[in-house]
Formats: sequence, C-alpha cells, structure tokens
Amino acid sequence: MDATLLIALATMGGLGFIFAGGLAIADKKLRVEENPLIGQINDSLPGANCGACGRAGCYDFASNVVNGTAPVNGCPVGGNDTAVIIAEIMGVEAGSTVKMVPRIMCRGGNSEAVKKMAEYYGPLSCKAMDVVSGGDKMCYYGCLGGGDCVEVCPFDAMIMNENGIPEVIEELCTGCTMCVKACPRNVIEMHPIDRNVFVFCKNEDDPKSSKEVCNVSCWGCGICARKSEGSVEMIGFLGHINYDKLDESKIPFDKCKSGAINHLRPVIEDLKITDVQNN
Amino acid sequence: MELFLIFFSASIVNNFVLSYFLGICPFIGVSNKISSAVSMGMATTFVMVITAIVSWLIYHMILVPFQLEFLQYVAFILVIASLVQFVEMFIKKVSQPLYRALGIFLPLITTNCAILGLALFLVLRDYNFLESIVFGVGAGAGFTLALTIMAGIREELDLADVPKPLQGAPITLMVAGILALAFMGFSGLL
Repeated sequence: MDATLLIALATMGGLGFIFAGGLAIADKKLRVEENPLIGQINDSLPGANCGACGRAGCYDFASNVVNGTAPVNGCPVGGNDTAVIIAEIMGVEAGSTVKMVPRIMCRGGNSEAVKKMAEYYGPLSCKAMDVVSGGDKMCYYGCLGGGDCVEVCPFDAMIMNENGIPEVIEELCTGCTMCVKACPRNVIEMHPIDRNVFVFCKNEDDPKSSKEVCNVSCWGCGICARKSEGSVEMIGFLGHINYDKLDESKIPFDKCKSGAINHLRPVIEDLKITDVQNN
Repeated sequence: MELFLIFFSASIVNNFVLSYFLGICPFIGVSNKISSAVSMGMATTFVMVITAIVSWLIYHMILVPFQLEFLQYVAFILVIASLVQFVEMFIKKVSQPLYRALGIFLPLITTNCAILGLALFLVLRDYNFLESIVFGVGAGAGFTLALTIMAGIREELDLADVPKPLQGAPITLMVAGILALAFMGFSGLL
C-alpha cells in the first residue's frame, strides 16, 4: 500500500517535472518579444471585440495604440474612462473624447411626410420597404419608419416614437454605429453628443419636389447658406452644416420656412432612461 | 491493411466528432471560416498524434510496469496540457494572426474531450505503438475533415436566408446533426 503510494507519487512527480522542464526550455526558445504595454492596454479595454474602433478586435486596437497607429481615445465603447486609463499607460494626455451618438437626419414622421396613394403592405422592415416600393412616404430620401435601427440596436438605445421616427436614448447608446449601417436610406449619422444644430433632411431634390413630399424637408432655397457666412454650405439643393466654421448665432433659424435646419429636440420625457429600465 | 483499417475507422466511420460526439466545443466554436477551421484541425491533429505517442509510451513503459494503471487519467491530462502549452507557444511564435484567430479555443484543446478520448481508446483497444500513431493521425484527420466540412457549410449559410429564431447557434447545431446523420451512412463499412 505504502509502496504503491510512493511509486505513484514519484511517477507523477517525475512526469510533471519532465514536462515542466520541457515547457521551460520551449518557453525560452519560443518566447515572443511582446511589448508589455499591449497586454496592459488590452486588459483595460471593454473586451467586447466589437470592432467599433475600426480594428479587428480589442487586442488589435491595443497593439495599434502601442505602435502609434491608433489614438488612445479610439475606443468608442470604453469612452472617456478607458481613454484616461490607456493614456496613463502610454504616458500621454488623453484629450477629452466626446461621445459620438447617432442622429436621425429626418423629421418627416407620419404627421409631416406626404403619404402615397397606395398603402404599403409587407414586412415592416426598412430594407424590404426600400427595395419594394419605398414605403408609405412620397419622399425617396427620408426615414422609412420600419424600425430596422431599433431592432438592430444591441443596447436598446433606439426607440420608435409615435410619429414613426426613431429616437436615440443617449444614456444607453454606446456609439457602436450598428444603426447607421442598418439604415438603407443613410438617414442616420454619427455626431458628437454636444452638437446641437443639424439640417434634418436628406432630400436633394429641387425646391418644388421637396416641398411636395414633406412639410419639413429642406427645399434647397439656400437662405441659410447666404446668411450664415460659411456655417452652412449648399451642395445641390441640400444644406450641409460646416461644423468646423459653425457659428450658431449666424444661422437664420426663423428664415427657414420648413424648419429643416434646426436645434435638437430633447427626447420625449416619458420615454427617458428610467422608464425604459424599469420595464 | 490492419493499419489502414484503423486509420479509416478513426477518420471516417467512427469519426470522433460526428460519431462519438467528442470535441463539439471547437467544432461549433471555430467553424466560422475554412481557413481557421483547417488551422484548428492541424493544431488538434498535431496534439493528437503526439498525445498518442507519448501517452502510449507512458502507459506501457511506466504505468503498466509499476501497476499504476489507475493513474492513466491524471497522466494523460498532464501530457495533453503540456502539449497544448507547447503548441500555443509554437503558434504564437510562428503565426500571430493564426494565434489570434484561434483565440480561446487553442488553450481549450487542453480540455478537448476528443484528445483525452483518443488516449483512453488507445488503452481500451490495446493498440500497439504503430497502431497508436496511425489511430492518432486518423482521429486528427477525421477531426479536421469534420471541422472543414462544417466551416464550408457555415460560410455558405452566412449568405442563406435563415429564419430569425434559427440564426446562429440553432442552425449550426441542426447542420451538425444532419452532418452526423450523413456520416452514419459509413457505419456499415467496417
């Protein structure tokens, strides 16, 4: 009995020792010199491997940060907290990252947009509507209201308001851009969260056709561009805000007949984060 | 002939994944892309062959003479764990992208039941040294085959219109089941 125990111990101990020795040698021979910073940064990242930074995953982002091809604040999901940690590891200033959130560049909801004579019957999905007939609305540029962005959002940060236009709950949004990719009309754009002035329209048609299809479309009259000293540029029949030169006081909001250029509206109060979470 | 039969049995007829349902974890986990599936198959095959050799040696040269057969599980796990560590270091040295593509499934070869199963089958079926090696190669080839077929199907599946409730894991498991059914067709051969 005792002999068996001893032999067993000796055998396993010996085997373990041999393998450990082998691995130790292999470790010396096959060691990959890796910057220890990569591991440190990788540990401080969210680890979701979502690719929102534009890299193949968190590890890839970490190694890009170390070799200088990615900014320390390049992780949109981790946000400012992560940027500060990474900056500390790298020994540089973080700079403040402004959170990017999606904004819906269309306000032509059910009550504003002009409907077609024919009603759309089919799958309630923007992709299907876009392919089949362009949905219920006359406008070929605006939000279809099918809710593909709401459905695709992994964080429940998108809700469809009763007017048929999605809204973003900024507190829940991580800036992953899934909704931007889901929108077949490219109505959703990513903007810094503190940006307040937008042209809420994508309609590039001439004034007459724009006016016909929606009450809140950008007609392309160009008054905002003429009055705002470079804050707004006209590209075709659509105003584009030049955010580098933006001077809000110069923009003639009251002159815009349709109100397409406008301030952000707060998300309707009763749909705020607390209620969403309580449900 | 005997050796060929062992190889054929291990790789096709009694395929480790599709007949014994061993090693399902990497079978589902790493079968997204053919390239990484083949690499994973290669890594597993390598570990299997070396495991077959080393565990045969340990069992017949050390455990049997000392009448320590009851230690086979512990000893085999030790062999497998060390080998996987070695393969991991090797792959990290040779190919960083492959190392990252295999990700967590590389260290998980350690707990891959296909490999422990292989070591235990060797003992159970009383193979000699040469037969063990062939069995290891066959099992590895079968694993690689299953993984590659699965990866091929799943690459096509990405383009298919799968009903929403079945997307992802469910359809993968269904495909795995159908694949296993197909391999049942070989069961009368031996």
